[in-house]
Formats: sequence, structure tokens, C-alpha cells
Amino acid sequence: MAVMTVLQAVNDALHHAMGADDSVVVLGEDIAELGGVFRATDGLLKKYGPERVMNTPLAESGIIGTAIGMALYGMKPVPEIQFLDFIYPAFDQIVSEAAKMRYRSGGQFTCPMTIRTPYGGGIRGGHYHSQSSESYFIHTPGLKVVVPSTPADTKGLLLTSIHDPDPVLFLEPKAIYRSVKGEVPEGDHRVPFGVAATARAGDDAVVLCWGAMVHTALKAAALAAEQGWSVQVLDLRTLVPLDEEAVLEAARRTGRVVILHEAPRTNGFGGELAAVVAERAFEHLRAPILRVTGFDTPFPYALEHIYMPDARRTFQAIERVMTF
Amino acid sequence: MASAPLTILDAPPAKKGGKRASVAEALGLSNGDLRRMHETMVRIRALDERGLMSQRQGRIGFYVPSSGEEGHQVGAAFALRPEDWCFPSYRVPGVALHRGAPVPRMVANLFGNAEDFAHGRQMPCHYTFREQNFLSISSPLGTQIPQAVGAARAMQIRGEKRVAVAWFGDGTTSEGDFHVGMNFAGVWKAPCVFLCQNNQWAISVPLRQQTRSETIAVKAVAYGFEGVRVDGNDVLAVYQVVRDAVAKAREGGGPTLVEAVTYRMGPHSSSDDPTRYRPGAELDEWRKRDPIERFRRFLLAGGHADEAWLARVEEEAKREVSEAFKEQETKGPPPLGSLFDDVFATPTPALERQRDYLLRAEGGKFRKDESGAAFPL
Repeated sequence: MAVMTVLQAVNDALHHAMGADDSVVVLGEDIAELGGVFRATDGLLKKYGPERVMNTPLAESGIIGTAIGMALYGMKPVPEIQFLDFIYPAFDQIVSEAAKMRYRSGGQFTCPMTIRTPYGGGIRGGHYHSQSSESYFIHTPGLKVVVPSTPADTKGLLLTSIHDPDPVLFLEPKAIYRSVKGEVPEGDHRVPFGVAATARAGDDAVVLCWGAMVHTALKAAALAAEQGWSVQVLDLRTLVPLDEEAVLEAARRTGRVVILHEAPRTNGFGGELAAVVAERAFEHLRAPILRVTGFDTPFPYALEHIYMPDARRTFQAIERVMTF
Repeated sequence: MASAPLTILDAPPAKKGGKRASVAEALGLSNGDLRRMHETMVRIRALDERGLMSQRQGRIGFYVPSSGEEGHQVGAAFALRPEDWCFPSYRVPGVALHRGAPVPRMVANLFGNAEDFAHGRQMPCHYTFREQNFLSISSPLGTQIPQAVGAARAMQIRGEKRVAVAWFGDGTTSEGDFHVGMNFAGVWKAPCVFLCQNNQWAISVPLRQQTRSETIAVKAVAYGFEGVRVDGNDVLAVYQVVRDAVAKAREGGGPTLVEAVTYRMGPHSSSDDPTRYRPGAELDEWRKRDPIERFRRFLLAGGHADEAWLARVEEEAKREVSEAFKEQETKGPPPLGSLFDDVFATPTPALERQRDYLLRAEGGKFRKDESGAAFPL
């Protein structure tokens, strides 16, 4: 198996999908000759040509709106939004159209498409290159929301997304685009939706997390181990569909739940996870469910490292549930 | 100065021969074609009349009439092939009708019953007809425009000689998606036709409050393709203009914006009261240009049809609609569990749990709504 970065895994998956299926097309801003601002689509134009690798005019609602039209017509578009922070002009197309097409047409029309976009903080990108706004989309029935944390999962989940019959928002944690490396299976590697992965086993507490925060959680779990606490890190991988059973199994077994995400606290997905645990595993809990999150402020520039949840704050939460 | 919209129906008869019949011949339309155009227009009107009446009687919850706009609907629909794709607004039921959508299924949508293709999930008049390549209708305005461009781009990539047509009103030309869609189409030279049904009013807002442009058609210039104005109440003129635009798109000549100048003779919807904002005299003026009446006169003058045939068509349309209403009113609601179908191809575990809960909570049976909810609340 080849060792790749997360970014190379994205590129590898796209090459594989386009090579295997003519109906897969990619479109977006700067994705052709430049290969995308992060180079995720590098080499695709040369190999598959301008009919299938399309630079678009600079309008997100047009990128998604036309991708929907292609999907309706039977293609498998993989539009790229340059940064998740720029997706809002396309919000109507995603929320009112792509997500509702199958439902409102009684299954007559469908939108199988994968919207790829870099996500999250940690690159000194300020308000508009750092957001984690998954909750807007998780809150929309009809959309699947996927966040990988390893190169292998990036490829496996991206290929599953492209072949999924429904629209998928594929959030790529850009902070770990190049910093996280790992072995990636060759060929048609697929990781199923709705199956969480245990990034580290443990029995005293569980940290629920996804994307770049999985690596933060792993550092915190290592700090906890120094105290003699065995902490599980559960990487949710897909937020819709959610592997509720894995969450509940961990909650029931450990009785201590910490939820970690970059997104602002209020109405973040952590609130939903806490509710799931409280509703279905309450009698097993030995401590309050704690959240470690971004704050209810716009994403900052100079104080980014203070804003972002880190291993220290995560460890403090683990400490609290362990000593409750 | 704005170019006058193309009109055929009331143009002076051609000198040579002097017969109106030559107009149809020049367009390549047979007597059968002309009669079918008229039939479809009359069927739309019959559906409208019964639909609005049923809403007033409380039998259905809502209705969107298109009376006065039958001409552009049928003229455009006639110019398309079955394999072309339609991205409709909510005011072009005639396009679906012409392409063979069954009236009972349209009426099923008005009742939101188990026979409705959309399983009662949308408000009335939000049709979806897969077999007719007639896309599910959305209430947000203009979203179908970039989608049509995307489908057209897919047709282009696959080398298929097909065309995508997007319909929208004059108000929608203020939406971002109109401009975005037009721009993408121009850049890609996509095989699509944009059909603006300029009916002068966006609910209560007149065209002069939507745009400073002299016409809608002129907006195409900015996107690098042609805009054409046509008399939207003239089914033959619309047919000619859309036929040419479609042919151009099919042959790789790129998109066209067609501005069909027409008038919304009825309210925006059953919830609207146009007497609050528009002068009656304006409606009276436009009534004289009723597309069905004009075409009726044309058919009679050209000897394409006689009074007896015209009367029969009206009677038949009313009977067809009436029977569909009677039949569909007796159909039951969609099954409770269907609420959770089609969110995804396969329901997520969370949806399955919610379905189990709902069926338990409701005892598995449909409960009549006693809240008195009515639109608008």
C-alpha cells in the first residue's frame, strides 16, 4: 500500500473514480489547469480533458445548480467549493433543491452528487477560510455529511460518496491535508457510511469526534493514559448517517462521554450527540456529558490557536468526567 | 426602443393567396397540429377553472392558475421533442399536459393523495412527471435555471442532440440564479432555451419595479447570446420563436433567451387578491388578447375548425377534468410510513426509528387533520 497524505488520497480517489466511470465529472473554480487551490484535482484535466474537468465561472450557486442538473440527467458530478466558507451562495441549491429532489418528486428525480470542500480551521485563514458549519447541512433532511480523518478513510469515503445514490457533502479537514500521512489501499477502496471507527480503544471514557479533531482527541487520550485513564477515541466518520449504535455502545460501556468539535458550541452537532446519549444511555452515565468546542464567535485570525479546541482543553474535560 | 414582440395571429394575411392557412403551412403545422394546440390550451383552462373552484369550495388547499398564459405554454411545448428536458416554473402545467402527463395524476397532486407522484409531499400544482422529462417543481424561484444549464451541459458532454428548457417569470429575472444560469450557459454555449413568461406581475409587484432594463430579452446581450421578444399570447408566434431557438441549441449554436410577453389574467395563486394592487382596466385590455379566444378566431377564419368542433373540445376538456376530480377525490391519503421514504434511497437508522415511533404513536392509522390549517395561515 502506498503512503499518502489526506490531499493525495483525495486526488487518488478522484483519479480512480474518473477512470472507472465516464459519468463522473468534476467542476469548480480553478480546478482545471491549476488543479485546485490545494491541488486536490491535480492531473485530472490532463488525463480526462476539459469536458470532464471543468473550470466554472465564479459563482457557487452556479457550480452546485449546474451540478444538480448534471446529476438529474444521470451523471455523477463532483463539484468543488473552494472553501466551505464560500458555500453559502449555493445554500439554496443544496438545501432547497439537491436535498429535497428525491423526496419532492416521489423518487422520480434524484441528485447523486458529491460536494467536496475544504473544512475547518488551523491554517490561519481567518473568518472565511476556517469555518466548520456542518450543522447547517446536518440539519437538512436529504443530505449526507461525511468527514474523514485519515488518508485511507479519505479515499474510501470519497469513493463511497461518489457512488452513493444521494447528495453528499464531503468535508475535507484542510488542517491535516498535508500533515497526516498513512497507508492507502489501492484500487476501488470503499468505506461504508454510518460506521464509526475506533481510533484508540479505551474503557474509562469516550471522546466522540470527527475530522481533524480526531488527532486532537488522540493527543488528549495519550495525556489521559499518563494519568492511568483508558480513553476511547471514536471517529464518527459520517455525521449523516450517524452510527448511533457505536456512540451508545461506547457511552454505555464507559459511562463517561466527552464530545469534541471545532464548530461553535450552540447548536453544534455535539448538542445532538449529547441528546442521543442522554435519551438512550442515561442510566449508564457516571458523569455529565461534556462538550469541548469552538466558541460562539466568528472564527478569529490572530487568536485562532486560542479559539480552536486543543489537546489540553480536551484533556481537562476528560479529567472532569474521570474525577466527577 | 424595445423591439416589438413577434406576432403572427393578428398579422395581416399574406398577400399571395391571402389566406390565413398559409401561415400555418409556412410553419409546417398541419390542421391536426393546430387543433391539438387548441385542445391543450382549452384543457389547461378547464383544469384552471375547476382547480380554482375546488379551492374555493375547500376541496383542495391551494391552486396556481395560469389562465391567459396558455399560448406560450403550448407554443413552446410544441417546439420540443420528447427527449428534451423541461425545467418548469409553477405556472406551466400546459407543458406537462402537452407532453402527455395524465390529467388524473395532475389532479392527484392537487389533492395530495396516494396517487400523486409526489406522494402528497408538496403543495398543489407542484407537479413531477419523470416520463415526460418534466422536472419536479420547486417553490423557490429560479433554482431550475442553473439546473437546466447543467442538464444541457451533460447533453453536450455526451454528444446528444437534446435541449433543456427553463421556464420562469419576469420577477425571477431579479434572482441571482437567473443571472448565474445565463452566464454559465453563455460560457458553455449550452444547448438550452430560457423562456421568460413575462406576465407583467410578480404577485403584486409590476415589471417596472423589477428592472430598469427596457425589456427582459435585452438582458441576454450581457451574457453573449440572443434575446428574442415574442407575443406570448400568440401560440403560433411562440412556436416559431422557440422552434428556432431549440433548433439552434440542438445544432450547437448555444442558448437563447425568449421573452414571451403575456399577462397573468388570474391571481398569483388562490391566496392572492389582485384587486388590491392592479387596475381592472388593465385586465380588461388583456382579456381582448386572451390566447385561447385569439386562436379560436384564427382557426375559424382559416377554416381549420368549425364551431361544432370547438364546442366539442371545450365540452370534452370539462368532462375529462371533472371525471378526474370526481375520481381523485375518493382516493385515500399517502400511507403514514411513506413520510420517511425518499429522504434517501435507503432510510438511515434514525429515519427507521422515527418511522417505527410514528406508526406506534398513531396506531398505524391516518388521522384526519382537525387543526383547520389553511394556506396562508
